[in-house]
Amino acid sequence: MSTFLGMPATRTGRGPSPDAAPGTLGGVGRPEDPLHWGASFPDAAKAALENDQLRRNLGNATATIRSKRARVVGEVPDWEALRDAGSAIKGDVLARLPELLEELERNVTARGGVVHWARDAAEANRIVADLVRAKETDEVVKVKSMATQEIGLNEALAEEGIAAVETDLAELIVQLADDMPSHILVPAIHRNRTEIRDIFLERMGDAPPDLTDVPRELAMAARAHLRRKFLSAKVAISGANFAVADTGTLAVVESEGNGRMCLTLPETLITVMGIEKLVPTYRDLEVFLQLLPRSSTGERMNPYTSMWTGVTPGDGPQEFHLVLLDNGRTKVLADEAGRSALHCIRCSACLNVCPVYERVGGHAYGSVYPGPIGAILTPQLTGEKSDLPYASTLCGACYEVCPVKIDIPSILVELRAREVELGGASPDAADRVWKAAMKAASFAMADGARFRRAARVPRALRAISRHGVIKRLPFPGSLWTRSRDLPEPPKQTFHDWWAEREDER
Amino acid sequence: MRIALAATCIADAMFPQAPKAVVTLLERLGHEVVFPAAQACCGQMHVNTGYLADAVPVVRNHVRTFAPVADGEWDAVVVPSGSCTGSIRHQQKMVLERAGLGAEARTATAVSERTYELSELLVDVLGVTDVGAWFPHRVTYHPTCHSLRMLGVGDKPERLLRAVEGLELVPLEQAEGCCGFGGTFSLKNADTSAAMLDDKVANVVGTGAEVLTAGDWSCLMHIGGGLSRGGTGVRPMHLAEILVSTREAPVVPADRQEVAR
Amino acid sequence: MSDARTEMLSRIRTALGTSTPEATSVPREYRAAGEHAAGSAEVLEVLVDRLVDYKAHVHQVAAADLPGLLAELLGPGSVVVPPGIDAAWLAGLAEVEVRTDSREAPLSAVELDGIDAVVTAARVAVAETGTIVLDGEPDQGRRAISLVPDVHVCVVRTDQVVQTVPEAVRLLDADPGRPLTWISGPSATSDIELDRVEGVHGPRTLHVALVS
Repeated sequence: MSTFLGMPATRTGRGPSPDAAPGTLGGVGRPEDPLHWGASFPDAAKAALENDQLRRNLGNATATIRSKRARVVGEVPDWEALRDAGSAIKGDVLARLPELLEELERNVTARGGVVHWARDAAEANRIVADLVRAKETDEVVKVKSMATQEIGLNEALAEEGIAAVETDLAELIVQLADDMPSHILVPAIHRNRTEIRDIFLERMGDAPPDLTDVPRELAMAARAHLRRKFLSAKVAISGANFAVADTGTLAVVESEGNGRMCLTLPETLITVMGIEKLVPTYRDLEVFLQLLPRSSTGERMNPYTSMWTGVTPGDGPQEFHLVLLDNGRTKVLADEAGRSALHCIRCSACLNVCPVYERVGGHAYGSVYPGPIGAILTPQLTGEKSDLPYASTLCGACYEVCPVKIDIPSILVELRAREVELGGASPDAADRVWKAAMKAASFAMADGARFRRAARVPRALRAISRHGVIKRLPFPGSLWTRSRDLPEPPKQTFHDWWAEREDER
Repeated sequence: MRIALAATCIADAMFPQAPKAVVTLLERLGHEVVFPAAQACCGQMHVNTGYLADAVPVVRNHVRTFAPVADGEWDAVVVPSGSCTGSIRHQQKMVLERAGLGAEARTATAVSERTYELSELLVDVLGVTDVGAWFPHRVTYHPTCHSLRMLGVGDKPERLLRAVEGLELVPLEQAEGCCGFGGTFSLKNADTSAAMLDDKVANVVGTGAEVLTAGDWSCLMHIGGGLSRGGTGVRPMHLAEILVSTREAPVVPADRQEVAR
Repeated sequence: MSDARTEMLSRIRTALGTSTPEATSVPREYRAAGEHAAGSAEVLEVLVDRLVDYKAHVHQVAAADLPGLLAELLGPGSVVVPPGIDAAWLAGLAEVEVRTDSREAPLSAVELDGIDAVVTAARVAVAETGTIVLDGEPDQGRRAISLVPDVHVCVVRTDQVVQTVPEAVRLLDADPGRPLTWISGPSATSDIELDRVEGVHGPRTLHVALVS
């Protein structure tokens, strides 16, 4: 499989495998900006659609998780009540964010933790790199974390000569292949077992030479590879699923036990967390620990959840740092219509049900946050012009499954309006065409008499129809007729038919 | 009942057989149908493409045209489209409020509260599932995304179809999957749209049905375009076009029903 | 660093602006408890079903039979135990090297890696989700001991089994500072084609002794 995204802007010679020839295993490389890389969405999607293997991998995987989720959600009698509570708790968090963050800081500090604040990716990376260097180590183990993906922490640490070892199996696969994650929960969902075996054989260094592509064998190879690193690591870096303001408790939800290894064995733990990951009270965990696993992996509960509050003397890391990350979140918060994107608990249920994601995969979105949630979160975090708000049919499947009831379709529409405003400021050729077409349509459709005349226009197409259908139209109609016929327009519009009928009476 | 018909712009211009069928059907059931000629479009295309300012005059025209239903001049507004009904119910108020048109936004809410998609009107308002139709054909039903998830019409369309004499309703695989139309999505992301369409067409063909029906001509135009391109012979027909068919005035599946009454 | 703190808090306040919604009350219409009592037959049946589904090994025994069960499960080899474990549980062990680990005298990770198994008690178990929670008290020990050895034998009293997650959280809320490990089956991954593989980094074998 070759790189299917064209030529993303990559930092040459950086990343986890600087010695390996880039791209030989089909990785897309590590981009300069983890929130904006690769080709435009329509172009990247087109390339992905041509990759039959990718479509099969994705189709099978998303269908499997969808049915698992449906089964375990179906057995919860109070699911809707849990969603209502989850949504309200997150709304409450955003409304009281300053006081809750200060409360969290007080409680973490009181329990022996150190709280750091980071305005952007560079500041967060600087803080973490300095903390690691102070521990005089050049290797850290990492728990899968979207926040650290978002800020490109591994690449920043590599620049300082620190190797960050991803320990989640899928993240390890992605890292070894010099690739990017394509799914929030299953970052290597775009890879099949054979590709994974090839990646391990070529890049892991200590993979058994007779490794087959049986998933159990591959998982055991990863276990053996990481075991030594876990037992000797001095510093671990994690994200957080939840942080409880009123107790200072942090929670990480995982499956493999790599999280427990990182959160328990090293002397020092550094947790990087987006400021929206708060919940006000310990009790609120009872809501999210029901919503998250069932929405995410489709399990009644994930195998392991770790919770810790500052430092526990004699048990686990004796030094704990919490880095609170903004990196665009306050921009999202400022938008009343879009701020509920910050409710997201990163379950990825919306990806798995999205008919667009299912066909084009995560890389087409050009962001570490793919799928429906990525389409609303990414443009809001960056504040840049984006084609992601249009990467949806507004079918509503995402809203239906979202455990915290983010109305993604409505936010997509809001963001499209913002794109139109941004496009108005510095329009490209496509913006101009759309603008003219929409203006003309608005004029024609704002008045019954004008519409009645305009509605007769398609009738002219009857001249080019054969056997009741039109097979080919000039651009932009060709975008339609490339894969679909257009039925022959009627001889008489409904408006005209009704008028005739009234006249006959 | 006095029922005002919102024909929808796409059906008015391209698929008049559907609103015609609504008129015939409702009159057959003993109701009076009025067609306010000032109507044009609900504004959904502009809203969903992000052109909210351009949507304002379109939405205002719709609200002004159908305002009499809020004053009791008509009993209800019927729309042969789930997505237009969804836009009327969930978007028009927002568009007008953002434009600072508070009074018109309140009228829009009042109008939308009396506006129904066809299957909602028949089952919930008029209380009928058997409309006396006869349609001896093998039919499969695609629940369009907005009727399913924005409106929550549930199984109302299927209940109506099951009550049609002679009709064999065959289930559609992955029925709830989007067909890939998405309005301007089909142009802005033409390749992805086509990939979704291919899967929907394959599932429709797999049913062995003669007719594919749905409550929205927009989605039907899309799937129908794929069915036609593939030379499948499956005919797209709006739900209303099936429900209007009787032994006395049968509707035959064909490319176009030029005359529905 | 204080600059970042001040600026972030001020950004948030600006972002919320005048539109700051009132702190809303959260609707909690969800079940605060299940319909069955802790330790009831119904609840135990559900727990066992869930655990088996996760590929954990479940053993339902009377208290008097626990030492015999542990002897059978642990066989010849080594085992680590927390300092507050009930010594009677271990009475039947033969040919087993028993190491005790505590916060005051912890074994290193490498030492733990050389030990075959661990025996702990538990704080609470949730039937509906098949979850066992350890809270680091003396009968459960440091988090590392239930992590590194490859076999975990967890002893759960039937009266510790509640039906729902909220019941467990209410109990744990009494001591929110304790380090918790929620365990639902042995470690697992589905990262390769969504094909579930049980047993990755955590203990690959989980025995649950349900003691009445």
